[in-house]
Amino acid sequence: MSRRSRHVSWRPSVGARPRYRGGPRYNSDYLMSEPLRLRPPRHRVSPRAIIWWSTQAAGEVAAVLVPLVIGILAWADARPWLIPGTVAVAIIGLGYLLVMPRWRFRVHRWETTDDAVYTSAGWISQQWRVAPMSRIQTVDTERGPLQQLFGLATVTVTTASAAGALRLAGLDHAVADDLVERLTATTQATPGDAT
Amino acid sequence: MTAVVMAPGEPDWQRLNPWMLAVTPLRQLAGLLPVIAVVVVIGIGQDVGGRIYSVVAGVLVVMFTGMLRWFTTRYRITSERVELRTGLVFRSTRSVARDRIRSVDVTAGPIHRLFRLSVVKIGTGERAEGREARELTLDAISAAEADRVRQRLLDPLDVGGPDRSGATVALAATELAALSWSWLRFAPLTVSSLVALAAVAGAVGQLINDVGANAVDVGGVREKLTMAPLWVVIAAFAVLVLMIALGGSVLIFIEAWWGFTLVRELGGTLRIRRGLFTTRSVSLEERRLRGVEVVESPLLRFGRGARTVAVATGLGGRRGHGRGTLLPPAPRSEAHRVSGAVLAEDPSPTATMLRRHPLVALRRRLVRATVPVLVASAALWLAPVPSWVAWAVLGLLPVAVLVALDAYRNLGHALTSRYLVTRHGAGGRGTVALQRAGVIGWTVSQSLLQRRAGLVTVTATTAAGSGWYSVIDVETAEGLAVAEQAVPGLLEPFVLHEVDGVAHTLGSTA
Repeated sequence: MSRRSRHVSWRPSVGARPRYRGGPRYNSDYLMSEPLRLRPPRHRVSPRAIIWWSTQAAGEVAAVLVPLVIGILAWADARPWLIPGTVAVAIIGLGYLLVMPRWRFRVHRWETTDDAVYTSAGWISQQWRVAPMSRIQTVDTERGPLQQLFGLATVTVTTASAAGALRLAGLDHAVADDLVERLTATTQATPGDAT
Repeated sequence: MTAVVMAPGEPDWQRLNPWMLAVTPLRQLAGLLPVIAVVVVIGIGQDVGGRIYSVVAGVLVVMFTGMLRWFTTRYRITSERVELRTGLVFRSTRSVARDRIRSVDVTAGPIHRLFRLSVVKIGTGERAEGREARELTLDAISAAEADRVRQRLLDPLDVGGPDRSGATVALAATELAALSWSWLRFAPLTVSSLVALAAVAGAVGQLINDVGANAVDVGGVREKLTMAPLWVVIAAFAVLVLMIALGGSVLIFIEAWWGFTLVRELGGTLRIRRGLFTTRSVSLEERRLRGVEVVESPLLRFGRGARTVAVATGLGGRRGHGRGTLLPPAPRSEAHRVSGAVLAEDPSPTATMLRRHPLVALRRRLVRATVPVLVASAALWLAPVPSWVAWAVLGLLPVAVLVALDAYRNLGHALTSRYLVTRHGAGGRGTVALQRAGVIGWTVSQSLLQRRAGLVTVTATTAAGSGWYSVIDVETAEGLAVAEQAVPGLLEPFVLHEVDGVAHTLGSTA
């Protein structure tokens, strides 16, 4: 069973555009000489997320390996090429199983400020996303069976954009509840158009 | 026919236009014609009477349900919502909140126009949540009534008071663009030429199927074909295909864009009117506009043509399924001029000089284009096929290089005082000018290879158009600086500026 809850903060679609702190500013020569980089968001996800991702990865690897092994057992003629193939898949799968969850744990981070939600995610390719509080439309919590087992939750923050959803996967259950409550309260208090 | 009577209290429910009693059965009958034809043709010789009776019965049922629809359909426009009631047994009431209405489109097909009727489609452009309807269609009311409804619904000042549509009609409108027949030269450079070809091929196939292949033999065509040398046959066929594509696309263009005008109406609405047989009117509220895109599809770009497409909320999907089209295929300079006119900017942000992306981006494109060709060619050398196949594939290499060069040349971005401009594409290309105030979030993404090359893809998310617009393969520092400056305060707290070996955010020192 997967549990879902949704907090919707519906905004009237008329109203002033939110102004960000700092006010409008424009610098035509925006190519700066100093190096710029994104700082990682403040909070890590729960360390139990490593176990969760490992379990998921184990499932994925098994889904590929089991048919191959059955093939080896059932189909003697194919063994000369099926066995090396299966071994190669197993090695790659094992590497994925060992590397991906730890790598993800290093990358997946999140942070909320008074004005915005900021997340980083991914492993081989990484994404940093930021959404202002004033544009948040819904805050969803999702707890799949595995996540429930490990006391985790995924919080999805959507904006009016078709592409702007922020997913905070593998948060501690209590942290997620607290975060959802805080986000819902803040977004309801922040005036904005949401579009 | 009564006009919309706005009593101070709840307005009355209105019926659709009574002419619909005739129009609906006519249209349904037209749709049934093939079926009727089949039934009659197949029925010849065997129990003609029974066939005819069944056809007549079918037609009567269709006409009856069509009439029933008129009797059971009512709509009303209150100060807060537009409501539509339909159905006799299964009654349904659909309603749209007026402050959610994003578009009011008016279309009229040939049969509707015969009776001076128009179909009004009221859209919210939102995913339906709960009992709210996404879209309401009034099919159909009189053309004059449709125009009044359109004006009332798009008038932000109309809150259900007395009908002021008469007053708004009198207000002037500025014409931003109008059709020039010289644009017909772009018609063959659009997909409509392919549409025309497919239509003709389909029709010919149908004909051969129905009448039999012998019809092709009329006038000894087959004999002449077999006598003529092969190249003549091929050339004749090519000329035929070309003529169908040319003629068909020109006809489609004329039907779709006859009388095209783009007008800015007072009250902040952009209105596009066009169409020869089926007239269409699309209205777009300017406060929903977040930018424009100048789209140069491959062939169109070759002919130095382009289209202008609105980036607006509530159109639904990228390029709004054609509903956001502000300008048909036209000269590129015209597309930029109209972009500027629509955004009330001169010169248009879409025509801004764009910053080039670093040369590493070119390397990435060259690798991406050539490696698949090389791998395919190598695989074909090993495979049991004649060696000329592998050579032929290798011959694609120059093409791949050209495509990569073009893709790199098309990369660019700029910030103007109000717009973020970005361009990309290989072969064809799109230049988007997105309002900086319309950006509702950022996504910075980096693959392993991008990280090694020191590049990022910076994506602005927005409620309008496709929902996201990317600056692809930009140098990391520059990409972050663009995002930081385009929307002050949004990404700023998370960007570290390194000065004299000390990293800090802009907010922490300013």
